[in-house]
Amino acid sequence: MSKPQIVTANNLMDGDVVYLTEDGEWSRRLSEATIALTDQQAKALLAEAQAQPHRLVGPYLTAVEIGDDGRPRPAHFREAFRATGPSNRFHGKQAEL
Amino acid sequence: MYAYTDFDQAFVRERVDAFRDQVARRINGSLTEDEFKPHRLMNGLYLQLHAYMLRVAIPYGTLDGRQMRQLAMIADRWDKGYGHFTTRQNIQFNWPKLADTPAMLDALADVEMHAIQTSGNCIRNVTSDHFAGAAADEIEDPRPTAELIRQWSTDHPEFLYLPRKFKIAVTGSPNDRAAAKAHDIGLRMVRDDIGAPGYEVLVGGGLGRTPMIARVVRAFLPKADLLPYLEAILHVYNLEGRRDNKYKARIKILAHETGIDELRTRIEAAFERIRGDFTAPDPATVARIQGSFAAPDFATDREIPTIADPALRSWVDTNVADHRRADHAMVTVSLKPIGGTPGDATSDQMRALAEIAETYAYDELRISHEQNVVLPHVHRADLPAVYAALREAGLHTANVGLVSDIIACPGMDYCALATARSIPIAQEISTAFEDIRRQRDIGELKIKISGCINACGHHHVGHIGILGLDRAGVETYQITLGGDATETAAIGERTGRGFSYEEIVPAVERLVDAYLEVREDETETFLETYRRVGMTPFKDALYGSEEEVGRAA
Ligand code: SF4
Repeated sequence: MSKPQIVTANNLMDGDVVYLTEDGEWSRRLSEATIALTDQQAKALLAEAQAQPHRLVGPYLTAVEIGDDGRPRPAHFREAFRATGPSNRFHGKQAEL
Repeated sequence: MYAYTDFDQAFVRERVDAFRDQVARRINGSLTEDEFKPHRLMNGLYLQLHAYMLRVAIPYGTLDGRQMRQLAMIADRWDKGYGHFTTRQNIQFNWPKLADTPAMLDALADVEMHAIQTSGNCIRNVTSDHFAGAAADEIEDPRPTAELIRQWSTDHPEFLYLPRKFKIAVTGSPNDRAAAKAHDIGLRMVRDDIGAPGYEVLVGGGLGRTPMIARVVRAFLPKADLLPYLEAILHVYNLEGRRDNKYKARIKILAHETGIDELRTRIEAAFERIRGDFTAPDPATVARIQGSFAAPDFATDREIPTIADPALRSWVDTNVADHRRADHAMVTVSLKPIGGTPGDATSDQMRALAEIAETYAYDELRISHEQNVVLPHVHRADLPAVYAALREAGLHTANVGLVSDIIACPGMDYCALATARSIPIAQEISTAFEDIRRQRDIGELKIKISGCINACGHHHVGHIGILGLDRAGVETYQITLGGDATETAAIGERTGRGFSYEEIVPAVERLVDAYLEVREDETETFLETYRRVGMTPFKDALYGSEEEVGRAA
């Protein structure tokens, strides 16, 4: 097992970036994503997401780092941008978060 | 302006109705994403990084005030109050909600616009010169040719499943402003010995992973032979183009592997076979198309005042070009404000442009592949009023063709395929060169930025090209120099190792300083200097005495 992982996808209705949470819901905040520490856990989380094709588009696993607060942080810059919204206009997610 | 026939209108409405049904079935769960995706792509709907994106075609980049107002309305009602004009003469809305998209397509159909043929392995929307019908150097308006090709190619049974997408550009002037040599087929209008208009036919250009400049297959093609000749090219490509590898499927690879002479022989042979039986388009249709691009009723006998205001003069110097009539001018409205996003316009700005076009420009607007808006016919007497109105809308940036008139694709701020960001690089470069006097001293310099190898930002043909890559999880920018998108087209050459996000803007400044240092005088442009002195002084400026000079990034 390399790095801890989370499941992310785009919400079907508006394309918003979402993350699978502890209680099986979908949050718009990466910090609320549930973390898989083993490959087995990761597979199970992905399967849970894939079972909801009517709510989501393209769920996938992505590596995260774990911060001092125990919450996940993006491990790659692409995921960091997905988590916040475009850098040229302040009306993506960063406006709400 | 090309007006829809009943057939065109019914066709577009049927497509919208079908799409409405598909969206409803996706939302209620009866279609999976895999089933739905081809339908949404056929209707111009993409899923990007943060949201859906609707890509709307602006055929030949031509639109009128009513259409521009409708785009503004769509931006306000279903998006976030702005749109993004692209290098393919499209407009993209970045934030539509899935359930709203059929209504958006309906609103487009109300003004004879659509999002069809913006994706798939078909003949894509034909692009042309944004100065079409107005330029002083024009032989003929290229748009009737482009529209004829559209009608011939739309739903042509032989060409619905080509090995790969196929792009055609037409330019009506010897000066190529449509980047014809960067297309699968480029048509450049020329005259033969006795002055009759026809086309120089170029084949095999394209950017992306394997950039190539198109080569001439026919130096002069009489106008009447256009469609059978295109059919011959497509026929050869359809039979011989590679279908085994997506990256080798474009006609440029066929041209490269077969050799241009052999390809020419095959095309000419196919042409000989086809031409005898080819049913020429109905002359009435041709006349109707020709008529729909007729020139406006130009105002005459108006006095043209001399321009005293220095700000206005400076804007006229950079943003106004010669019209084929001496008393008129072509105005390029820059969508590149200092620190702004290249190609973005707010709904208020779109409405201002519509108003200005209706009042001063015979209700005509164009979108250029350089992501600017053009008012193709403005009486010179109206230039001060046009400038004042643009100023009010924040659209008066006087930088067309200068270092801050940057092309940038959406990159990783929007695009799901991106490997790095491009917009903030453009914003920071234009801010670094904010001083307009410095920009004018530097002169013509085209910077083009892409956020991945797909090259939507045309970086290969930028005088300075910038390609954003992901190198081991870090945004890295590779520089090419000496690219050119015009009739003297060339693919830029790589300088060496890439630069980090923090390093890239200072690197561009060093390149510009090196140019100012080595140019012969202020009339020698960046590109001319590069062609004269080559890579060395620029490499020195970028890498200094670094040991790794020349090592690829
Ligand atoms: S060049 Fe790449 S990043 Fe830029 S718009 Fe095209 S596909 Fe997206």
